[in-house]
Amino acid sequence: MQTHQYDVVIVGAGGAGMRAALESSKEARTAVISKLYPTRSHTGAAQGGMAAALANVEDDNWEWHTFDTVKGGDYLVDQDAAEILAKEAIESVLDLERMGLPFNRTPEGKIDQRRFGGHTRDHGQSAVRRACYAADRTGHMILQTLYQNCVKQDVEFFNEFYVLDLITDHDLTTEEIADGEEVNATGVVAYDLATGEIHVFQAKAIIFATGGAGKIFKTTSNAHTLTGDGMALAYRRGLPLEDMEFFQFHPTGLAGLGILLSEAARGEGGILRNSEGERFMERYAPTIKDLAPRDIVARSMANEVREGRGAGPNKDYVLLDLTHLEPAHIDAKLPDITEFARTYLGIEPYTEPVPVYPTAHYAMGGVPTNIKGEVLRDGVNVVKGLYAAGEVACVSVHGSNRLGTNSLLDINVFGKRSGRAAAEYSKTASFHELPEDPTVRVVAQLDEMRNRPEGERVADIRKALQDTMDLNAQVFRTGDSLNEALADIRGLQKRYRNASVQDKGKLFNTDLLEAIELGFLLDIAEVTVVAAINRKESRGGHYREDYPNRDDAHYMLHTMAYRRPPEASDQAEGHVEGYFDHVEEFDGYKVVLGSKPVIQTRYEPMERKY
Amino acid sequence: MTATLDAPAPSGAIASFEVTLRIRRFNPEVSDEATWQDFTVEAHGTDRVLDALHKIKWDEDGSLTFRRSCAHGVCGSDAMRINGRNRLACKTLLKDVNPDKPIIVEPIKGLPVVKDLVVDMEPFFASYREIMPFLITSGNEPSKERYQSPEDRARFDDTTKCILCAACTSSCPVFWTDGQYFGPAAIVNAHRFIFDSRDEGGSQRLEILNDKEGVWRCRTTFNCTEACPRGIEVTKAIQEVKRAMITRAF
Repeated sequence: MQTHQYDVVIVGAGGAGMRAALESSKEARTAVISKLYPTRSHTGAAQGGMAAALANVEDDNWEWHTFDTVKGGDYLVDQDAAEILAKEAIESVLDLERMGLPFNRTPEGKIDQRRFGGHTRDHGQSAVRRACYAADRTGHMILQTLYQNCVKQDVEFFNEFYVLDLITDHDLTTEEIADGEEVNATGVVAYDLATGEIHVFQAKAIIFATGGAGKIFKTTSNAHTLTGDGMALAYRRGLPLEDMEFFQFHPTGLAGLGILLSEAARGEGGILRNSEGERFMERYAPTIKDLAPRDIVARSMANEVREGRGAGPNKDYVLLDLTHLEPAHIDAKLPDITEFARTYLGIEPYTEPVPVYPTAHYAMGGVPTNIKGEVLRDGVNVVKGLYAAGEVACVSVHGSNRLGTNSLLDINVFGKRSGRAAAEYSKTASFHELPEDPTVRVVAQLDEMRNRPEGERVADIRKALQDTMDLNAQVFRTGDSLNEALADIRGLQKRYRNASVQDKGKLFNTDLLEAIELGFLLDIAEVTVVAAINRKESRGGHYREDYPNRDDAHYMLHTMAYRRPPEASDQAEGHVEGYFDHVEEFDGYKVVLGSKPVIQTRYEPMERKY
Repeated sequence: MTATLDAPAPSGAIASFEVTLRIRRFNPEVSDEATWQDFTVEAHGTDRVLDALHKIKWDEDGSLTFRRSCAHGVCGSDAMRINGRNRLACKTLLKDVNPDKPIIVEPIKGLPVVKDLVVDMEPFFASYREIMPFLITSGNEPSKERYQSPEDRARFDDTTKCILCAACTSSCPVFWTDGQYFGPAAIVNAHRFIFDSRDEGGSQRLEILNDKEGVWRCRTTFNCTEACPRGIEVTKAIQEVKRAMITRAF
């Protein structure tokens, strides 16, 4: 075991983690721990753009952006956070440009901007050009630029280190913490993939920037490595997860594969058609059509297929038509995604429409934070020294449905904020004592998995999980389908206790780490489904066919899900009789749901029409 | 416009088939020697080499070790040597590499092998860091963005695509025999900044690459250009850097 001490430890080296590192490493001794080489992070797969009301190509302002974000999130957005997002967007884009990001340019040489779903002028009048972009590899350029600047600033990285536990000075899973009493995050335990050694990082401040959990689904745009590690670690340590029922299904995944084709394809003029060649979005969103927010487009597509107007031999997808666009325009603005269609489906987008279907894309929910990035341990109190930013976090700027281009924005705005806040905090904070052996849980878990002579294959359990999530908790959900998923997850949690790995070695044992990651996936699926069962309304990315309407009277609240021991109280903070009072018993623990108010500043909830 | 379009050819039209992967195995915990091992798996029309590797790892031999993440050619984790050519496993369709014969899968060359298909990437990233891969400017930062014409932006567009997968560098015969050579990827990333009109560090980078382990070692074999999964004209970029070194015009 090796022990390290840093003022600030950042877990994850995607956009949020590296943006935080650029701030914190200027002010405090900082380490970034990442399970991947930084440039492998999934920020690099983001394509279309980063929203900011620069007004470089047409009239725009941050207030319109705020409104679009709130409405896009079906009013479950915390409006103070959305306002920060939209205001600080402008400086965030300029920061990146000054760091060297090669944005596409207007003829005058300014940062060019294009249209994207749900971004409108003057509160929904028409689509607006707000997305700043670099061809269809904006995320790639952001990731590269941030890494380049980390190299410039000599940021210290621990690459291919998996963080497997969070250490706090109170056991939040069992202890009743008196209101106002301080709870501190004191360190993390990490596993070095190359050597199999355990490392303890003691820190004054810790930032979780571990990304999403798309691999709970089978059809997903997410990387194999997006297994919800940070969310699951927080959840296991007794911290709540917020709004986990809201998962975004991106409309245009390559059919059957889930590989993302950017919304920029529609921003540049692409049109969705059904088997009859009809531009069906005209029926669902008459004003902005194909550029409606993702939840609406994904549902419309799934509905076309359900009603028999799907294309292809099995009528199970719709078509993204770019054939009316000039090939030169496609090459200039959408080179990568057209290449994906050619490589993976053998389709030539110049002349043939591309088969597409919704793909699991983004977790709106996550570890709850306030606008400084501080992690909440209930509706009000923070864990001192613990921060989260990016997809792992829920601020909540995305509410129940994120607008395209707002995630690259989120990682930059809240990555920067959390980096600054953590460094600032570390200046006055001191190190807290670690428990006698902080590695005990991790070592036991790894040993148990490694030493179990034989058992079920990890891949079989994972496949069963992904199958049931795709079947029962996707674009359309019902109480029955979700209970089906829950029953499956319960069974899989049990089976997981008998899983084993074949690779018993110490060096670069990815077999072992995949098994550990499966544990994270099961926990995230569990909390996602329990929260979805409880929310008996349809809002944003969460669509209940048995409750097709939004119910502001009862559900205009954030879900807060806690894992608790069986003997703990059945009531969590924000308990609302009949609505946020759900308890689900599992083997050895239970999931208790509470709620948290939605912060509303300027915008009254309205019906969401586009 | 609502013209009716013909449905495209259905995906997965190619029936499933059996494919054998002949994989270079190495595990220093077991033996100092690398060995070849054959695995035969069932594959489907659009399956990639990565899918076959996953099938082996998930259903047959969990100890088979390789890196991967995004699985669609943008993260750069899974560069490997497939039938003697450097490619990304996630971008190489099995049907395109003649699945009638065993497909040979080896780690990329020129970097120390850690285990099976995993190599130590540190020497590769060290070369990258040496060429100062970041924008260098002087004076006060502008209050808004720096302006750059679309033409100036286009000048270095090709080299901004690099995903640092090392397919180019590890396909270079010069790099195989001399691990000190900066290699194509580092030069590509130097090019990305040398030809960026906003950057003022071009001379410094050219000085670094004028080193005996710099651009002059390039023998223009075009392996790197062929290997690049992002379609970057790597050799051309290296030539442009060489020319800039002579003319000091960039």
